Amino acid sequence: MPMISNAPLIVLFPLAGFLLIGLLGWKYRNELVIGIVGSGVIFLSFATAVGVLFEMASLPEEARRSTVQLFPWIGTFTGTSGSLGVSVGYQFDQLSILMTLIVTGVGFLIHVYSIGYMHGDKGYWRFFTYLNLFIFAMLNLVLADNFVLMFFGWEGVGLCSYLLIGFWYEKTFTGDAAKKAFIVNRIGDFGFLLGMFLIMRTFDSLSFTSVMSSASVMPTGTPVMFWIALLLFVGATGKSAQIPLFVWLPDAMAGPTPVSALIHAATMVTAGVYMVARCAPLYALAPDVLMIVAIVGAATAVFAATIGLVQNDIKKVLAYSTISQLGYMFLAMGVAAFSAGIFHVMTHAFFKALLFLGSGAVIHGMHDEQDIQKMGGLKKYLPVTYATFVVGAIAIAGIPPFAGFFSKDEILWNAFSSELGSPVLWTVGALGAVLTAFYMSRLVILTFHGKERFDHHHVHPHEAPKTMTVPLVVLAGLSFVGGWLGVPASWGLGNVVEDWLNPVFEPARHKLMLAEHESHAAEFTLMTISVVLAASGIYAAWRWYVQHTDVPDRIAGKFARTYRILLNKYYVDEAYDAVVVRPTQTASDKFLWKGVDVIIIDGAVNGTAKVIAIAAQTVRRVQTGVAQSYAMVIVAGIVAVIAALLFI
Amino acid sequence: MVPIPYYLVLSAAMFMIGAVGVLTRRNAIIVFMSIELMLNSVNLTLVAFSVATGTITGQVLVFFVMTVAAAEAAVGLAIIIALYRRKQTVNLDEINILKW
Repeated sequence: MPMISNAPLIVLFPLAGFLLIGLLGWKYRNELVIGIVGSGVIFLSFATAVGVLFEMASLPEEARRSTVQLFPWIGTFTGTSGSLGVSVGYQFDQLSILMTLIVTGVGFLIHVYSIGYMHGDKGYWRFFTYLNLFIFAMLNLVLADNFVLMFFGWEGVGLCSYLLIGFWYEKTFTGDAAKKAFIVNRIGDFGFLLGMFLIMRTFDSLSFTSVMSSASVMPTGTPVMFWIALLLFVGATGKSAQIPLFVWLPDAMAGPTPVSALIHAATMVTAGVYMVARCAPLYALAPDVLMIVAIVGAATAVFAATIGLVQNDIKKVLAYSTISQLGYMFLAMGVAAFSAGIFHVMTHAFFKALLFLGSGAVIHGMHDEQDIQKMGGLKKYLPVTYATFVVGAIAIAGIPPFAGFFSKDEILWNAFSSELGSPVLWTVGALGAVLTAFYMSRLVILTFHGKERFDHHHVHPHEAPKTMTVPLVVLAGLSFVGGWLGVPASWGLGNVVEDWLNPVFEPARHKLMLAEHESHAAEFTLMTISVVLAASGIYAAWRWYVQHTDVPDRIAGKFARTYRILLNKYYVDEAYDAVVVRPTQTASDKFLWKGVDVIIIDGAVNGTAKVIAIAAQTVRRVQTGVAQSYAMVIVAGIVAVIAALLFI
Repeated sequence: MVPIPYYLVLSAAMFMIGAVGVLTRRNAIIVFMSIELMLNSVNLTLVAFSVATGTITGQVLVFFVMTVAAAEAAVGLAIIIALYRRKQTVNLDEINILKW
């Protein structure tokens, strides 16, 4: 029996897990059962996805794409143009199956890790319920065969993100962070919605198949395509934490660490990248927007990296690093190197999930301490965590042959050589790479090396349990070998990922009329430069934080102003507070509440009552209480009626 | 035999006297008597028509009216006595609590 007809099971397993744990978990609070069911369903999805992958690989290239329709969902099936017909259907192609494997594979490891990490938490069952729901929504997002189902997944992951950031809801700041994430995402989602409306108006359809095929015959550079692409990109900036909507991601670290690893590093935040890649044929019609995407991506990559240089919260450093890496992915999208961007999504999922889980193990071992200034010398207490964390750090820094090198270098090369790219974009990207190498080394050194700066009387660092270290080791292995799937073509070996994904992006690249550049010399030169840059970043960190530990303080003292700006994240939160939040509050308070609500609405309601009261005050004087006056009126009435009968 | 209009004129006169009494007098007892006068003027009309047309219906109705009037007189006088005990007056102008 062909695997593909069972493929919707990939989506249904997590749903089943969500329902099982969600409906029964509160009653049977058996951690072992909940953990096994929660991770088990994800593993089943993963296994099914692997089956689909193998079947797909056995087919010829042009037969690999298929869709499975489940049932009609929303429909005004009138048959006329403009009628909306949306069905729940899943699309399996090279891109979506790759994303599915990342989501379920990394998701499974993080579920296993959570068994150990969340041990003893009173919301244990709730945690796994949300995680399974998240995977369900995320799979809907990546597998959907139309925009509406994708939007369902898009909103679903947003909801789960909100629920999981605010998982420890007793603390005010987690609730605030959750609300911030949700509201900022909503702003982006509004752009996505508007984009969808425009697509509906332009293409009379919301299914990927028909939209993309109509797009392939449309002219390039029309205003409507510009707006569609731009609005979709606004949605992507919200979900994927790009300038200007990145502010929610650092705060989202208030959630449990596995959540940061799964949602805010490996999967959900890459949804924006995936969406741009999925809509590549639309973006191909709007080269101007592609340029905006590239610029925003490159700017975010460097901007977030500079903030990451000085943060002291272990998870905040990783959060800014995530924003920065997402910037690279958008840079890749912007220069139409879609495969390279998706490749980076994959390797980033490996090493960033590893780094987050590693930081979770550190936080776990340090009794909920997150300040790296209060750590140091943890190497000997957490050997496994240390070893895996270093692998992750080297991978993200871009040192060959670790995974990050291949994907990042692919992006940088495309940023330089693509017809949509430019040396400026490359320079900005390379600058970000140095900063990345530097702040990751700083993080490793401050956490694991040097003097032990924590209080020995209260903190006894200890290694994490097996359920946590095993996923770390697996992810470390993937961070090491994962990049080998995408060895640059210039090295003479096949670039498996690119070859696999190319058929999906071929139409878009064809539309953009991009030629393949084969300048190996230049590629090698740039590659060497970026490796040297990464190494120098690591060397600088080593010199400043191991050898001459007074240097960072001296620099911070010398450039006090810059340091303060970076430490306060360029005051972006404060700026948004001043420009958006406070005016909104003031307007709500002074105008909407005290103006519209109190004066107009309350005034109208109370005014109506008052008018009736005044009228009644006047008219009630008719009621004298003297029976005879009533009788008088009755008689007068009778006389009038009789007179009318007689004379009219 | 006295022709019908004579009865009707007398009856109308009695009714008007009664009605004016109800509307103008302030003594509850007199208002009460005026109501009785109106009832009886109607009775007179009923009986006159009954005789003139040779049917018995009007006379039967008169008996009903007299019965009801008797009951009404019993209840009405009881109310007036209860009212007097409470307010020490039967002046209708002073009995005006049936209002805002």
